[in-house]
Amino acid sequence: MTGRTRLLRILAPAIGLMLVVACTTTPPAGSPTPGATGVASPPATPVAGGEVEIFSWWTAGGEADGLNAMFGVFESEYPQYELVNAAVAGGAGTNARAVLATRLQQNDPPESWQGHAGQELIGTYVAADQLEPLNFLFEEEGWMDVMPEALIPQISHDGNIYSVPVNIHRANVMWFIPAKLTEWDVQAPTTWDEFLATAETLREAGVTPLAMGEQWTSLHLLETVLLGELGADGYAALWDGSSDWSSAEVTSALETFDQVLGYTNADSSTLSWDAAAQLVVDGEAAFTIMGDWAEGYFVSKDMDPGAGDFGWAPAPGSVGVFQWLSDSFVLPKGAGNREGALAWLRVAGSKAGQDAFNPVKGSIPARSDGDRSLYDAYLQSAMDDWARDDLAGSLTHGVVASDAWKSEIDTALGLFLGDRDVAAFQTALVDACASAGACGE
Amino acid sequence: MTVPLPPAVARRRFLPLRLPTARRRGRWTLGNMVALVILSAFTVFFLLPVALMLNTGLKPFADVSLARMWELPSGIYLDNFQAALAALGPNLGNSIALAIPAAAISSMLGSMNGYILSKWRFRGSDAIFTAFLFGMFIPYQSILIPLVSFINLVLPGGGLPGLILAHVVYGIPVTTLIFRNYYATLPNEVVESARIDGAGFFGIFRHIALPLSIPGFAVVLIWQFTNIWNEFLFAIVLTRPGSWPVTVALNNLAGSQIVEWNVQMAGALLAALPTLLVYIILGRFFLRGLMAGALKG
Amino acid sequence: MTLVRGLRRHWVALAMLSPSIILVGIFVYGFIGWSLRVSVSEWQGLRPDFTFAGLDNFVALLSDRRFQIDMRNTVVFTTFFVVGAVGLGLLLAILIDRRVPGETFFRNVFLFPLAISLIVTGVAWRWLMNPGSGERLTGLNLLFDIFGLNALISAWHTSDPPWGIAFVALPAVWQMSGFTMALFLGGLRAIPDELKEAARVDGAGEFQVYRRIIIPLLRPALLSALIILGHLSLKVFDLIVALSGKDLRLDVPAIYMWTTTFDAHNYARGASIGIYLLLSVAILVVPYLLWSLRRETEL
Repeated sequence: MTGRTRLLRILAPAIGLMLVVACTTTPPAGSPTPGATGVASPPATPVAGGEVEIFSWWTAGGEADGLNAMFGVFESEYPQYELVNAAVAGGAGTNARAVLATRLQQNDPPESWQGHAGQELIGTYVAADQLEPLNFLFEEEGWMDVMPEALIPQISHDGNIYSVPVNIHRANVMWFIPAKLTEWDVQAPTTWDEFLATAETLREAGVTPLAMGEQWTSLHLLETVLLGELGADGYAALWDGSSDWSSAEVTSALETFDQVLGYTNADSSTLSWDAAAQLVVDGEAAFTIMGDWAEGYFVSKDMDPGAGDFGWAPAPGSVGVFQWLSDSFVLPKGAGNREGALAWLRVAGSKAGQDAFNPVKGSIPARSDGDRSLYDAYLQSAMDDWARDDLAGSLTHGVVASDAWKSEIDTALGLFLGDRDVAAFQTALVDACASAGACGE
Repeated sequence: MTVPLPPAVARRRFLPLRLPTARRRGRWTLGNMVALVILSAFTVFFLLPVALMLNTGLKPFADVSLARMWELPSGIYLDNFQAALAALGPNLGNSIALAIPAAAISSMLGSMNGYILSKWRFRGSDAIFTAFLFGMFIPYQSILIPLVSFINLVLPGGGLPGLILAHVVYGIPVTTLIFRNYYATLPNEVVESARIDGAGFFGIFRHIALPLSIPGFAVVLIWQFTNIWNEFLFAIVLTRPGSWPVTVALNNLAGSQIVEWNVQMAGALLAALPTLLVYIILGRFFLRGLMAGALKG
Repeated sequence: MTLVRGLRRHWVALAMLSPSIILVGIFVYGFIGWSLRVSVSEWQGLRPDFTFAGLDNFVALLSDRRFQIDMRNTVVFTTFFVVGAVGLGLLLAILIDRRVPGETFFRNVFLFPLAISLIVTGVAWRWLMNPGSGERLTGLNLLFDIFGLNALISAWHTSDPPWGIAFVALPAVWQMSGFTMALFLGGLRAIPDELKEAARVDGAGEFQVYRRIIIPLLRPALLSALIILGHLSLKVFDLIVALSGKDLRLDVPAIYMWTTTFDAHNYARGASIGIYLLLSVAILVVPYLLWSLRRETEL
């Protein structure tokens, strides 16, 4: 490399960088550096208030009601703070995250934001060094004793805990109407082979075996098929790099997935997930596989879980495994009002906060000491399962794979839905894992 | 002698093409009957989605589903509209405080630019015009980050001024285009004789160009008002919750997980009403502006 | 064409133009520069990373299956959208120009869709274009069935590629036809009646009057419509997301840019897609502008 080229290679990016820096970001002068790892913050004494800006995508329906209930708890315990609800709607927070990204580029984070516990937070925000570890908070509040042990490692990175889980949703649930199943003389299948056989019977009776919606619900279906066919251990191994995406087990699981897709409704890409659930309600379809927020949908259609108006079972092949996802809140570095943010996190992780939020939202508390009497029939059974089942993290909802990895998988799935080429799909999945840096070199 | 041309004289002598007066005879010809039938058919096509939205907006959530889309509501159920109004109402003021100034300022800038680029051609003015037009095509998602950074630099606080600035700037290309084409239809003899009479740059603008611009302003104001009122992306990244316009509130009405379609459609209809009002009131001017060559190539 | 001479006036005009020049310079060209910078970098993740990567991102996109789908969809969508909106707008304008009774009513009805946000338009049309069949016939298909127009029943936007995206053009045409109609109506109203009368006196049939006189005089309006529709079509995002929920078969560059940048945090690739969009736009706009400006100088 000549001296001139070397000079150019230094100068050009430097000038570009200068231009960029000059034209774009201007960090606020003297932004406070947060406390170092492991330093305990002083106990919560009423301090001068200020604004606490909470960022989420819970803007309507049960989600908003739950958030407002938790706000109520916060306002009664910490009246000195002024809550600002900065929620922006958009499926899976797509709009909220764009706004958040622009805020973080300005070094101007809100006091806390909602994110899915697991790699969605860790792979994005921790990797960019934008979150504070919360071990001190967990110890102070005694959460290490009430949060399930198996959960803590999944929300940690290098031993540091980075989020406060507020709720738990289950992804691998199969919904149906018991009366209809009796009418069609079938039972809820417990393995995918059983499902395929049952589906054949249903199709001959003119019923759509499985109701599916737009592309992301296919991803949701894929993760339950992977879990059902590979088992909890095999599934977990896919995400930590110890198993090979090109293995024969994965091929067979993908082929099962292909067959299952054959039993879904032809217009799935035009239906939102709740429209697909509606097919089950209307008796057009027998089953739908969806997370347990579907329960809220059935209830809103005036159906009573306690009276058996609708039924549920673990997705085929995953009896005894709880495929979980969790909405949680974080502590950003450089938060304007750190004390306020910590106050919010205390509420989010408290029994009062979680028991205010979850019954309304339709999920179960992450804490194991929730007040059962506040939850309906389905949620109580979910709490039981959460306490005793094996755990597997959800893919679609950000537990096991980072955003970038999940996006690659989603694109591969989209292409697969178009051409149904299992081999190409598997190759794309192998590439996705490699590009995410999780498998091989 | 520095007597500028009186506007009345200028208008009389050099007015852009007038509307041909309506011919009342022969309105009910066979050809017109056929045209009427076809137009009515298209009316159905254009109003069908609106009918769907209205239909859904008048139902309770339990009655809302794809299968029952065309079923008429069992009764007049106004809860959705009330809920939508309650949710959108607080932000209505923000939208008005945003759309009117932004549309007005970008129109004025466009008018001045169009006047310059059509009547005061200098070397490089075509290049500048082309450069402006290219700005119409910039994909907003790819420049969100520098945009937010820069606006926060010059107008921090996440209030409406920053959003207004963004809309004004990105409105410059299209308003300049429209006004430039509009002023190009003004015969150059007007400008020449006014200049000979001693009128300067600003004199010609004030006495000749501006008075004849009403239709052009109507066109531009409608276009800008519509686009600014309905714009979502800039609104969410440039403003804090206190300054959110109606589009953000409308989006939030939907919710993220279980979408209450009935409330959202009711909200959408409400949110479209102010724009519709602007259309109806200024609709006449809109067409007259176009007829005067506002959007001729 | 009058070229106003005089250094003094030249200076004033430039000075009055300068605020716009500065603003556009920063907000358009400055930011494009930033985007260009990112597109040749390795920025993936929330931390800016301006390590120079040359044209790697651009080359990678060319062989990216999703991007290829995007480009195909853009071509199909643009074609159907522009032809549809221009054709329908022209038809409506010609019909209304005949001074039919109720002209104001029709004009407002056709303009109304422009006022509705694209997000909501997408949701309404999603329902209308539902392709359920048999027991689950609904939306437009159900109406067709009721009125005996079964031949029109189709799978709409779930049709096999590449026709699915053509159906997506339908809501877009619905929304924008009123605007193109107004454009052409203006152009039609500006044609002096004397011209048409003279042609008729000379024995030209109605059809020939249109072909020889009216349509050519509408060329300026047509070109304006093409520019505005073209740029809307290249940036279409909200409509398709509301209509299909990020179904990959209906993917377009704007959606890919969004999901790459804000869902996958791959800023480098997102910026590259944006640069490709700008390039394709430059190819469309520049010839038109050069042609149009040259025409004006000739007049």
